[in-house]
Amino acid sequence: MVKLTIDGRECRAEEEKTILEVASENGIHIPTLCYHEEVSPYGACRLCMVEVTRKGRKRLVASCLYPVAEGLVVRTETPEVNNIRRTVIELLLARCPDSEVVQEMAHDLGVDKPIFSLEEDNHKCILCALCTRVCQEVVGVSAITLVNRGVDRQMATPFYDFSEVCIGCGSCSFVCPTRAISFEDVGDTRVITMPHVTMEFKLKKCSKCGKYWAPERQLEYIAKTAGIAPEAFDICPDCRD
Amino acid sequence: MERLSSPAELEKARKSIVSKRDAKKPCITVCSGTGCHAFGCEKVSTAFQNEIKRLGLEEKVDVRTTGCHGFCERGPLVVIRPRDIFYQRVSADDAAEIISETVLKNNVIDRLLYADPNTGKKIVHEHEVPFYAGQKRLVFGNNGYIDPSSIEDYLAVGGYAALGKVLSGIKPEAVIEEIKKSGLRGRGGGGFPTGIKWESCRNAPSPDGVRYIICNADEGDPGAYMDRSLLEGNPHSVLEGMLIGAYAIGGHEGYVYVRHEYPLAVKNVRLAIKQAEEYGLLGKNILGSGFDFSIRINRGGGAFICGESSALMASLEGKVGEPRAKYIHTVEKGLWEKPTTLNNVETWANVPLIINHGADWYTKTGTANSKGTKIFSLVGKVNNTGLVEVPMGITLKEIIYDIGGGIPGGKKFKAVQTGGPSGGVIPDSLINLPVDFDELTKSGSMMGSGGMIVMDEDNCMVDIAKYFIGFLEGESCGKCVPCREGLKRMREILDGISEGRGKEGDIDLLERLSTTLTDGALCALGSTAPNPVLSTIRYFRDEYEAHIKEKRCPAGVCKELITYQIIKEKCPGCGLCIKSCPAEAITSGGKKQPVILDQEKCIKCGACYDVCKLGAVKVS
Ligand SMILES: Cc1cc2nc3c(=O)[nH]c(=O)nc-3n(C[C@H](O)[C@H](O)[C@H](O)COP(=O)(O)O)c2cc1C
Ligand code: SF4
Ligand code: SF4
Ligand code: SF4
Ligand code: FES
Ligand code: FES
Repeated sequence: MVKLTIDGRECRAEEEKTILEVASENGIHIPTLCYHEEVSPYGACRLCMVEVTRKGRKRLVASCLYPVAEGLVVRTETPEVNNIRRTVIELLLARCPDSEVVQEMAHDLGVDKPIFSLEEDNHKCILCALCTRVCQEVVGVSAITLVNRGVDRQMATPFYDFSEVCIGCGSCSFVCPTRAISFEDVGDTRVITMPHVTMEFKLKKCSKCGKYWAPERQLEYIAKTAGIAPEAFDICPDCRD
Repeated sequence: MERLSSPAELEKARKSIVSKRDAKKPCITVCSGTGCHAFGCEKVSTAFQNEIKRLGLEEKVDVRTTGCHGFCERGPLVVIRPRDIFYQRVSADDAAEIISETVLKNNVIDRLLYADPNTGKKIVHEHEVPFYAGQKRLVFGNNGYIDPSSIEDYLAVGGYAALGKVLSGIKPEAVIEEIKKSGLRGRGGGGFPTGIKWESCRNAPSPDGVRYIICNADEGDPGAYMDRSLLEGNPHSVLEGMLIGAYAIGGHEGYVYVRHEYPLAVKNVRLAIKQAEEYGLLGKNILGSGFDFSIRINRGGGAFICGESSALMASLEGKVGEPRAKYIHTVEKGLWEKPTTLNNVETWANVPLIINHGADWYTKTGTANSKGTKIFSLVGKVNNTGLVEVPMGITLKEIIYDIGGGIPGGKKFKAVQTGGPSGGVIPDSLINLPVDFDELTKSGSMMGSGGMIVMDEDNCMVDIAKYFIGFLEGESCGKCVPCREGLKRMREILDGISEGRGKEGDIDLLERLSTTLTDGALCALGSTAPNPVLSTIRYFRDEYEAHIKEKRCPAGVCKELITYQIIKEKCPGCGLCIKSCPAEAITSGGKKQPVILDQEKCIKCGACYDVCKLGAVKVS
């Protein structure tokens, strides 16, 4: 255990934790857009920046990545920190003017109107890589990646085409902070809409109640990785017991 | 060659090589660096070899092809040693004459001598050429003396003596102490003290004892080629530095991460590794000391960002070359999570020098906090361009005027941009600035990897800022928001200013975005990217204001803000400009009458301005 101060409050924390985790345990809110406890931190949105002082040296760091240490003094709101957050949200607002999450956060940070010209072809995607990290680290298939460099960066499937390894689970959509990925089950088909590609998945029909309940690919994948006989999924969970 | 099995055997081998060489024997050194290649040096060296064979002079005259000498602009370069006669712009046709006149009869061929552009005076000896005279070529100097494909050449100039010295019983800790004492700081950009980096890496816990040594030869700065020239021209000096570092740190595996576009560097390093292995200078039980070290070459990922330390290591691991936050330092957890020491090519090449001569000798060159020399790539509006190695603390003025020979065409010096794309511009008023890490940073620029672009009155500072921000925007990896989105917006604002759409408040917004990048970007690409903007605003704010408020480009560069006009009194209607104009905007005004320029058709390319010898075209 180490002792540190966050916004003047003494906190005790386990050594491996990050500032963001410890702040949140202590009820101190730090805004984030690329953080999720299920996946490894990434440090891309820079909204979680805080000021730390260690051995007399002050610096600005991403709290989602910075490990706590004995004697650390953290300030989560300073003029420098607020400038970064404000400017970042202004930049994101211009990139994704249609995203309600970005709009709300902008409002919270005191940004009312965009100062940069709005991106015309906006897809709500802020390139936080939560979807790709979930798909790789949690689902384990790496069906989507961030392609290209710099301003041309996009979240995409290989060749912007139907991804042969995607199982249609929709985890990416659940985790996406801006709802840039959506999915909908229509009849016997699940449609996943991503910024640059739409994919359709055949759903499995429950042999008992006749409901379409999960993508066939996903069930095959679970059966294979968990070593379960595929027939186990002939019946939907609702009819199972 | 038999493997050398002790430092004593190494010295014996060296003595034997030197004793077989006659220091008085004429040696025609032909530069075969990449720059001289572009001028056809290959044909020149072949011509020398053929001529010598024809005359049966193989025993009496040597021909040696070397790496870059630095003065690439005047290539192909030939130096006749030991008399040090310097010929430039040599062609294959000159070979026979050089042998018959200069080598055999000691006559100097006037036509091939270098003429000082300021005085017109012809200069005979290499060390008297102003471009070289003002330099201190500790690291780079051997480039002109050795054939990079010959380990014997390297041994003959004292190569691997420093390695022999440390393996003769100097403790690794003592090697680190010496490097610390030398004050050597990283030449790759950050200027981090090398000895401290080594010490942290040595002391970082590694359960299986693995520690990696990496040479950063990614060199992504446009126009910079010092690392390339060192690797191509003197690869063993870099390997020797890495060997010493590995011994000091306790590492046994090394990588040279070479930029994709450097095939000759790869070839020469590969050969050097093979030779060193054959000599027992690399591999297992080096010089019988029990120390093992091997080096592998890795071709770079092809992006500027791959030169950044964490991105480079990701790329070496076969992942996408993207930076990560380094709150846990790479000296503790670097390549494959092992303690890793990454140094730049030039940093490594300094190491043998320090070990050979001692830290006390090394610290005699340089300033309080920047020791030794630095190689710069001097380009732009300066008479002599090329690679220059100078002592830290030399003034900008000495580099630009004494070595660089001043500004061509009688133009006025305006500023110098140092430090690569994310460096800053330093104005005329600071021309006496001593060049070292701290002074350059204080001036709003940086040492970076050693780019130095000289600018004259015809350079527009808004245009310069726009150019570098555009470059960095294209090279941003796109991971973090401030850099990816911020650079794009900065470039848009700069585009606007240079196209006459500048608004009140643009400068403030540029400054605010700059602060966000400096404070908030994930890696050093983003955090240093605002330098070109901040430094031009700091020193040339009036130029920004002229663009924004008066819609005027004082340097006459920004197309949307300038017009080309014919000064009637000066134009006799010769019509040269009519032919040069690609837009057919200029027509004849009649015989011996001034030409007529149609503003509607003019695309502002400046062709007429460049072609008119009478100064009858003006920009305003
Ligand atoms: C965008 C970027 C590009 C870089 N490119 C290079 C490079 O091409 N070569 C290099 O030696 N260092 C480069 N660096 C610096 C390295 O990250 C690192 O600091 C350096 O290689 C360490 O070696 P040194 O201590 O010997 O300077 C770059 C840094 C950044 C941020
Ligand atoms: S739906 Fe496809 S892309 Fe999304 S998380 Fe699942 S497997 Fe990955
Ligand atoms: S689609 Fe959503 S989760 Fe994926 S990168 Fe874009 S904003 Fe992030
Ligand atoms: S600062 Fe730029 S180059 Fe560095 S991680 Fe962020 S986007 Fe990538
Ligand atoms: S949450 Fe830390 S950078 Fe996005
Ligand atoms: S390549 Fe010949 S001097 Fe540089």
